[in-house]
Amino acid sequence: MLVRYRGGEGMLAWAFHRISGVAIWLFVILHVIDIFLVGAAPDVYDSLLGIYATPPGIVMEWLLGAAVLYHALNGLRIVIIDFWPRLTRYHRQLWYLVWIGFVVVGVPVTVVIFGQFARSMGWAT
Amino acid sequence: MTAQVGRTGRVRPRGNRRELAIWFLMRLSGLGLFVLVLTHYLILHVFHDPAEQDAAWIATFRWSSTFWRVFDWSMLMLVMFHAFMGMRIVVGDMTFGRVRTGLTWALYALAIFLIVIGTIVVVTLPNVVPAA
Repeated sequence: MLVRYRGGEGMLAWAFHRISGVAIWLFVILHVIDIFLVGAAPDVYDSLLGIYATPPGIVMEWLLGAAVLYHALNGLRIVIIDFWPRLTRYHRQLWYLVWIGFVVVGVPVTVVIFGQFARSMGWAT
Repeated sequence: MTAQVGRTGRVRPRGNRRELAIWFLMRLSGLGLFVLVLTHYLILHVFHDPAEQDAAWIATFRWSSTFWRVFDWSMLMLVMFHAFMGMRIVVGDMTFGRVRTGLTWALYALAIFLIVIGTIVVVTLPNVVPAA
């Protein structure tokens, strides 16, 4: 549906920015509460950490990283275009640059995160 | 007068100083968070394995330094502004009338609650000195 809508790259950039933003907002609510529990109820925090370290938890952690990285890089693109409106002409190229940065940073981070996970599960040393 | 057509960000608000200030602060807090959040994720998810970061680890290592407490509290403040002002825009785009007003106030109440509990834990968590 998103791809067929007529907005093109600019519209997709906007949609991904909003979806990642709302997702990060939801995580931040959880994260402030869980860190509060470090002081208020350390045992509850530790058992929550046990849930984060399960396979679905690691996938969520990885998706969170992807959402943060996209939102950060595309946010930088928004700031650049808003403060130097002439660059609006190159908004599409800047968006491709966002994806290049996303892959260049994202691939090594993915390798590290799933490597840690494999070690913690005893699948690798 | 040329309209600033954004292919991306919100059009810079005109004629309302408060909205213009929020528009600027949204971008400034975003730049601050670019540095703080990416550093945070890099240290705590890439350099360190999150599975090891139990409550004792945070009290002993992460928050044994005032620098990291200040770092995390600054990030909390910027995130609260940026995330909740962002959600205010989402609510403004998707609702109107009483629902919009009610949801916006609910967002502010939740933000204040999170700022309070986040500040409490950053300030009051006892500093555990690691055993030598």
